[in-house]
Amino acid sequence: MRPESPTRHRRTGPVVAVLAALGLALLVLPLLGLVLRAPWADLPALLVSIPVLQALGLSLGTASISTLVCLVFGIPLAVLLSHAVHWHVVPRRLLRAAITIPLVLPPVVGGIALLLLLGRRGIVGQWLAEIGITLPFTTGAVVIAQTFVAMPFLVFAVEGALRSADRRSELAAATLGARPAQTFRLVTLPLVAPGIAAGAVLCFTRALGEFGATITFAGSFPGVTRTLPIASYLAMNSDPDTAIALALVLLAVSLVVLLALRDRWLPGVVR
Amino acid sequence: MRHAFPVALASVVVLAGCAASAPVGVGDELSGTVTVLAAASLRDVFDDLADRFRSDYPDVEIVLGYGGSSGLAEQIISGAPADVFAAANPATMSTVSDAGLAVEPVVFATNTLQIAVPRGNPGNVAGIADLARPELAIALCDPTVPCGAAAVEVLDRAGVTASVDTLEEDVRAALTKAALGEVDAALVYRTDVIAAGGEVEAVEVPEASEVVNVYAISPLTEARNPEAARAFLDLVLSATGRTVLERAGFGAP
Amino acid sequence: MRLVADLTVPRSAFDVRAAFEVPEGRVLAIVGPNGAGKSSLLGAIAGLVEGSGALRLGDLDLLTLPAERRGVGVVFQDLVLFPHLSVRDNVAFGARVRDGSWTAARKRTAPWLARLDLVDLADRHPAQLSGGQAQRVALARALAAEPAVLLLDEPMAALDVEIRDDVRADLARHLREFGGPTILVSHDRDDASALADDVLVLERGVVMQQGALADLAESPATPWVQRFTR
Repeated sequence: MRPESPTRHRRTGPVVAVLAALGLALLVLPLLGLVLRAPWADLPALLVSIPVLQALGLSLGTASISTLVCLVFGIPLAVLLSHAVHWHVVPRRLLRAAITIPLVLPPVVGGIALLLLLGRRGIVGQWLAEIGITLPFTTGAVVIAQTFVAMPFLVFAVEGALRSADRRSELAAATLGARPAQTFRLVTLPLVAPGIAAGAVLCFTRALGEFGATITFAGSFPGVTRTLPIASYLAMNSDPDTAIALALVLLAVSLVVLLALRDRWLPGVVR
Repeated sequence: MRHAFPVALASVVVLAGCAASAPVGVGDELSGTVTVLAAASLRDVFDDLADRFRSDYPDVEIVLGYGGSSGLAEQIISGAPADVFAAANPATMSTVSDAGLAVEPVVFATNTLQIAVPRGNPGNVAGIADLARPELAIALCDPTVPCGAAAVEVLDRAGVTASVDTLEEDVRAALTKAALGEVDAALVYRTDVIAAGGEVEAVEVPEASEVVNVYAISPLTEARNPEAARAFLDLVLSATGRTVLERAGFGAP
Repeated sequence: MRLVADLTVPRSAFDVRAAFEVPEGRVLAIVGPNGAGKSSLLGAIAGLVEGSGALRLGDLDLLTLPAERRGVGVVFQDLVLFPHLSVRDNVAFGARVRDGSWTAARKRTAPWLARLDLVDLADRHPAQLSGGQAQRVALARALAAEPAVLLLDEPMAALDVEIRDDVRADLARHLREFGGPTILVSHDRDDASALADDVLVLERGVVMQQGALADLAESPATPWVQRFTR
């Protein structure tokens, strides 16, 4: 490509700079507080303690499975949403609203809803109980709760990628003899792959941090349903040092995941 | 000592507690806000007393916060603005006094555990031994909260290893799970069983009478409204207060 | 094979109606003012846009076929190279779709890289190409798929003015080597004179005049044709 022509830099005005600095402080200082107040001397012992390792393993495992579930069901849903631009306005808006609900619902409310649907006395749950399947208090329930809150992130990220992918590439592929399935595999999918990756990352970190829906629907038991956020919350009651250790682990895992895909972030976020 | 006033206040409170006293004169010019943090199991009793407090002192806004006693204690130690603290066991109250934040704790009620089962007792729970059945869904409080600590002791004394499915962070959460039918049994306070009315049924635990949770209440040294704090305390310790506590199933101190 | 067309292409303001024939090995330039419907006509021939009427290639009725089965290659105005594929793979795409394997496709289409002077650029991606280079890739990609008909939409439009004459000369050579009927759309007289054998004038969806450029210059049917051939 042609080299970028030199541009005159626009100076950041003082008002913008001050407000931006305050915004940044709001985001960064709490984390700084966490790091500074951490019990560094005791940290190694705390980090390998059973409660912490159990919670970490459980959180990583459930968040990974939830992300996979979100990909399997979320990508087709994103495709449907992108096709919905050709629909009548009412069903199109309803579809979008339905997918947005978990984003705006307080997670605890989501957990209550899941309980009413899939609990032992739930609308669907009672039939499941008849055939011997109970969901509450199982690790499966954790996955369901996480998937419920995290799926919209994936759907909207993929839909965005689909929308910005040049549809004309698909037309060009057709003129070169590619059938629709081939076009999807060879052209569309590779072009939206970065968007899918970004969506999966968002989905994973949201699932990792999920608390309200999990504790309401799945309960809290070490090794089975007590994920990192829940363990941290409980530890605040009696053992703040452990709570801080758990919080640091959560922070570290989130940062690692985000940085590992640094050039596949939300388009435009990272250069 | 930083505050001479809290010492005086403490003496008055102790004296007030000893006497079968009337609360500070109805209609006294108390104003402002008073914040009371109390163990989750005290919810219905304190809500009731708060209503009476409001009619006695219409110029005071009373704010109530409930939760697991240990969590509330941690919040107070971290600087949460509160005027009164009521804990479900002496150990939790001690953490606050040790931090120099409780003026003078007073014991005002006791509580023992009971099993709560959903209406109709779908799990056929007859006693504490049934909590060991793996096919049942059982809820306990987490051992880090007073209700959970008591549960551990009761189970120990009964020689039962419970097949626990969830360890809740406060007793009302465990109770709700039973009321919703999500668990077959929850080990909660007998006061919670009473508070839940017809939504749960009770199953007695003989060993529970040996494990008594002792509730303590104290105004806090950093209280912003010490007069109103004392007034509320007086109400809790008064004859009216004792009646309400008794009706809810709490034992006398 | 000869391409015979008698098409109606619906558009928002007016329908495009055009009847013409292009023998194999000949180049027809469809010219006209902006908005005349030239690109829509091209789209209908390629199967990317709805069209009705008749469109025959030899015995084959193209209107019954979806775009991917028509064998109509297109060089788009904005080229539309696949950004995630290298130059080599862009050119090999048509063969890949048929052969099912990239290796076989790359081998089969390698001669096209040489013919269009793209060997040195084979490993680059479209973002790293200049306008002229990208246009050669688009042409190679279309030709390497061995189409029966070739369509070009404003082939010089994406290029800097200075290089147009050279590129046009090269393009003329490649079009002469292509065996099938070729249709190119342009509003530029130099394109018509250097590249085309016959010219069709489209104004507001209606064919105003058809024939050799010299005939159009001699007796222009409309003011626009007169200005165009001056």
